[in-house]
Amino acid sequence: MCLAVPGKVLDVEVRDGTRMATVDFGGVVKEVCLEYLPDLKPGEYAIVHVGFALQKLDEESARRTLELFETLGLLQEEFGDPWEAAEAAGGEWPAQDGVGGEVRQ
Amino acid sequence: MKYIDEFQNPDLAGRLLDEIRATVTRPWALMEVCGGQTHSIIRHGIDQLLPPEIELIHGPGCPVCVTPLEMIDKALEIASRPGVIFCSFGDMLRVPGTGRDLFQVRGQGGDVRVVYSPLDALRIAEQNPDREVVFFGIGFETTAPPNAMTVHQARKRNIRNFSLLVSHVRVPPAIDAIMRSPECRVQGFLAAGHVCSVMGTAEYPELARRHQVPIVVTGFEPLDILEGVRRTVLQLERGEHTVENAYQRAVTAEGNPAAQAMLSDVFEVADRAWRGIGVIPDSGWRLSARYRDHDAEHRFSVEGIDTREPAECRSGEVLQGLLKPNECEAFGTTCTPRSPLGATMVSSEGACAAYYLYRRLDAGTPGQRPPASAPTASGTPSPVTASLEGSPLA
Repeated sequence: MCLAVPGKVLDVEVRDGTRMATVDFGGVVKEVCLEYLPDLKPGEYAIVHVGFALQKLDEESARRTLELFETLGLLQEEFGDPWEAAEAAGGEWPAQDGVGGEVRQ
Repeated sequence: MKYIDEFQNPDLAGRLLDEIRATVTRPWALMEVCGGQTHSIIRHGIDQLLPPEIELIHGPGCPVCVTPLEMIDKALEIASRPGVIFCSFGDMLRVPGTGRDLFQVRGQGGDVRVVYSPLDALRIAEQNPDREVVFFGIGFETTAPPNAMTVHQARKRNIRNFSLLVSHVRVPPAIDAIMRSPECRVQGFLAAGHVCSVMGTAEYPELARRHQVPIVVTGFEPLDILEGVRRTVLQLERGEHTVENAYQRAVTAEGNPAAQAMLSDVFEVADRAWRGIGVIPDSGWRLSARYRDHDAEHRFSVEGIDTREPAECRSGEVLQGLLKPNECEAFGTTCTPRSPLGATMVSSEGACAAYYLYRRLDAGTPGQRPPASAPTASGTPSPVTASLEGSPLA
C-alpha cells in the first residue's frame, strides 16, 4: 500500500472544484488528484500514491521504475483485483464480483 | 528489452557492492524502515550479497502491520453494521482481528468495498446518501495526505455520510522510540523514501544528532538500497552521523508543502498505539476538532471491544527489529499466509510475508541464496539486479 507508482499525466481538468488528471501507469489508466502538485502538466511524470500525485519525477526515472515494477509484478499487486488476491491467499468465502469493481477505472 | 537486460546485469550493481566491501572494517547493524525496502531486500537477496559485517534489521515500516488489533476490531465491528458501506485498501482484507477479518465480514453479508483511492470512497458516499460510508484511514506520511484531502473535500462539499476510521502513524517518533529502547542494536537508518517525498527531511537532523546515528533517505529499488547502505556504512566508518538524501529523484529537502499544510489543517499530532510495540508518544495523527464530525470513532460506538492477541505471535519483536521472522517458532508452522497469526505474515509489505514468500524458512542461514524454484508472486527471485543508470555513481 505504501508503494507509490510513477505515472505520466495524459490530461488535466477541474472536477467538482478539484484539480484532477488522467494518468497512465504503463498501460493502466487512472484518475489522479493533482491538488498537491497543482502545476503538473500533461506529458509530465509524478509519483502517485492512492490516487494522489505527490512528487514530480523526471521521465527517465519514471520509465525505469515502471519497467522495473512491471518486471517484478508490482503493478499487478498495486492495480490487480484484491478480492482475487485475498481468495488465492486462503479466504474461506468466494470473492463476489462487481462490488470493488464499481469504483475502479 | 534494453532496460530489463541492464536490470538483470549483476555486474553493474557489483560496483556498489565492491565499494561497500572496500569500506567496511567491522560489524554494523542498519535498519531499513520501509516494508517496501524489506521486500526488495529479501526478494533480491541483497542482505546475502552484502559483506557479512553488515546486518540489515527490518523496521516497523509496514502500515498494515503496525495497525493495532483494537483498531482492526473496530473496523470489523463497524463493517458488520447494517447500513454501513466499509471501504478499505485491498491489503487490509485478510489482516486478522480477534477471530475474523474483513474478507470474512464480507462473506457474512457486510458491505465491504475495496477502493484504489480514498476519493473513491467519497464518491460512494455521494452516490449513497442514505448509507454511512466509512473509510479505513491507515498508513504513514505518504498515505495520510490523500486521506486528509478526502476529509477536507467531504466537509467542503457537505458530504455528511462520510467518515474516516483513523489510525495514521508517523515515522520519526518511531525511529526515536527504537533508538531509546535498551535492546536497540541499530547503528544507522535507511529512511523511507516515499515518506520523505511528502515530509522532506527536516525532522531527521535532530534525530541523527540526538542519537548519534546516520540517517540516509533511501529508495527501494536494489540499486537505491545498495547506495543507501554504502553511504550509511561510509558515515559509520568515519564516525559521522548526518542526514543524507540518496533518493534525490523523488525526495527534496522541503517535501511537498501543500500536502504538509493539509495534514496540519485536518489532523493533529497524537499519541498512537503500534501493534506489538505499544503507545509511542506523538507518533500518529487524529482528526482535529474542526473535522471531528467525520471521525468514525465518534460517529459509531465501538468502545469496549474484547481484543485478544494470539499469545504465540511475536510480530511486535519482528517490528522492532529484535527478532528475524524465521526465528519465530510459529513461522511457517502455525503461522502462514493462509492462516496468519499476525499482520506481518499477511500484509504485502510485512517482513514475515517476505521471508515466507522468498523461502527464508530457516533461521541462521545468512549467505544462502533462495532456491531458484522458490515460488513467488511474480517470478523467480534473483540476486541483486539493477542498472546503474540513475545511480549517483553512474
